[in-house]
Amino acid sequence: MKRQLLVYDVTLRDGSHAIQHQLTKNMIVSYARLAESAGIPMIEVGHGNGLGASSLLVGQSLLTDYEMLEAARENLVNTKLGIHVMPGYATIKRDIRKAFEIGVDVIRCGAHCTEADTTERHISYAREKGKQVFGILMMSHMASKEVLVEEAFKMESYGAEAILIMDSAGAFLPQDVTDRIGALVGELSIPVGFHAHNNLGMAIANSVAAVEAGASIVDCSARGFGAGAGNAQIEVLVAVIEKMGYTTGIDLYSLLDASDLAENIFKHPPVIKPINIVSGLAGVFSGFAKHVERIAIEYNVDPRDIFLKLGKLKVIAGQEDVIIEVASELQRGNQKNEK
Amino acid sequence: MNKVKVAILGSGNIGTDLLMKVLRSPSLECGLFIGHNYSSKGMVKAMGLNTPISDRSIEAIIENPDTCELVFDATSALDHIRHWDILKKTGKMVIDLTPSSIGKMCVPVINLNESLKEKNINVITCGGQASTPLAYVIGQTHEEVEYIEIVSTIASRSAGPATRRNIDEYVEITEKAISTFSGCKKTKAILNLNPAKPDINMQTTVFALINNLNMNLLIQEIIKMVDQVKQYIPGYNLVVPPVCEGGRVTITVRVQGSGDYLPKFAGNLDIVNCAALAFAEAWAAQRMTEGKKSEKATTRI
Repeated sequence: MKRQLLVYDVTLRDGSHAIQHQLTKNMIVSYARLAESAGIPMIEVGHGNGLGASSLLVGQSLLTDYEMLEAARENLVNTKLGIHVMPGYATIKRDIRKAFEIGVDVIRCGAHCTEADTTERHISYAREKGKQVFGILMMSHMASKEVLVEEAFKMESYGAEAILIMDSAGAFLPQDVTDRIGALVGELSIPVGFHAHNNLGMAIANSVAAVEAGASIVDCSARGFGAGAGNAQIEVLVAVIEKMGYTTGIDLYSLLDASDLAENIFKHPPVIKPINIVSGLAGVFSGFAKHVERIAIEYNVDPRDIFLKLGKLKVIAGQEDVIIEVASELQRGNQKNEK
Repeated sequence: MNKVKVAILGSGNIGTDLLMKVLRSPSLECGLFIGHNYSSKGMVKAMGLNTPISDRSIEAIIENPDTCELVFDATSALDHIRHWDILKKTGKMVIDLTPSSIGKMCVPVINLNESLKEKNINVITCGGQASTPLAYVIGQTHEEVEYIEIVSTIASRSAGPATRRNIDEYVEITEKAISTFSGCKKTKAILNLNPAKPDINMQTTVFALINNLNMNLLIQEIIKMVDQVKQYIPGYNLVVPPVCEGGRVTITVRVQGSGDYLPKFAGNLDIVNCAALAFAEAWAAQRMTEGKKSEKATTRI
């Protein structure tokens, strides 16, 4: 029998990064309906950095979390509604409780790949409320496979029903994915998944490597809309994994139509820009790109230099505030050189 | 000069670091260092420093009330609630280093004098101590502050199990503190843990949306404020003076620890201890003045 893979669509969450978190109600309604008709099993909706993340640090979203979730909820029947949650941004009392009232089905609790224990209370709370809960290890290129296994075990012990690792910086090559996913699949008793970014053009190749190593969940988005150079392109990935002999339950023609519409919604399909390549090489969170571009112009410095310096500082997602510090240091350095 | 006797409840990292600071203080003396296990690292350290110690937790103060006039509680929020029930009947000054939020929030550079009138004060959170002085300046210099947000990043190794479990409380308390001290109703706090090696220093950025921004005034007052904070938190440094970028005001400070008992990178833990110590020394000074006044009163009779 063909093995079934869970295709998890992050267009309306990771895609928010691509439009500075300016998702409109209309975009959400249209895309949710298309996802439903194409038979996509789960879609994630919200600010690019997840629930409670609308901020000056990473960008304020046009709509509130609840407006976004309600718009999606009203248009979904079989497709499940998911949210991305990071402790330190979202709290149970302020954010998660209300999202559950709106009728979220799936909650994915994420932490930087070495900090799984910050998710303990959020994961157990969500399980108590009967939600489906995945644990997410972000920026997973920054930890060895041994550490990832250890952190994944922690999330499993809190109640996570699946573990995904995110290549948030788009830094992996296929062999890196094979090693890490292979180790997780070998050690864990729950399903393992992978979330790709395309900074080095590896999103599809890395997702294929993950599936071959035993991953049973793959994240992807229409046209690849997502932070930086985007995610694995859902219409390509579904075609490829079906060709590999897996089933997804998704109707390819409807999916292809949905992706055309997504392009109308989001306007500029992601391409791998030089700055994204540098971000991938430096191992810096893809979501930094728009901020780095803007601040580099303001401070008249080379955005690539900013990325390489940030990479040396080993900044993690959420440290976008450091961009200004680095840019002003580079500016001072340039001025000195000119003198 | 006579020193005011204090007790430190809690022999963990925070309590032990606080002990080192008290031992250096010209106005405080550690009457009792209290834990519940003589073999804990903190207790062993205290023994080596010839400090009176007890393993009887709060009982030690009940049994020997004369051992201190002021109590630092560095246990846990739940324990503090129980401790306060007992301590409030003794009339002792209590400085709460747990996230229980029972007492008045104290940021020495902002509200020291008001706090001195209280019997229970708390030193909020690391992000709160680092950011409220800056948020306060924003509130004092501008009438139309729409929104203030603070982002703190600390070294993973400086965040113990309690911090990790209580991230939601950290966010809630810090947001409340920024709001209280800046007067701005809409606030947000974000916390990151970074595992990079070598361990990073604590960094806090304040972002704000301000109408009718007076940048020169803001820069001038922020620089003054940072100098004042440095008086009691030596490792507090301005790394990005106020700038306006993309419509938002940004200010960044970095906090290096004093490296007393905790490692230097743990500026986040040091900063709450520095604040607690600054308050305790001010309280001791007030106590001394009161003492002198009553002496004078006595001689007149």
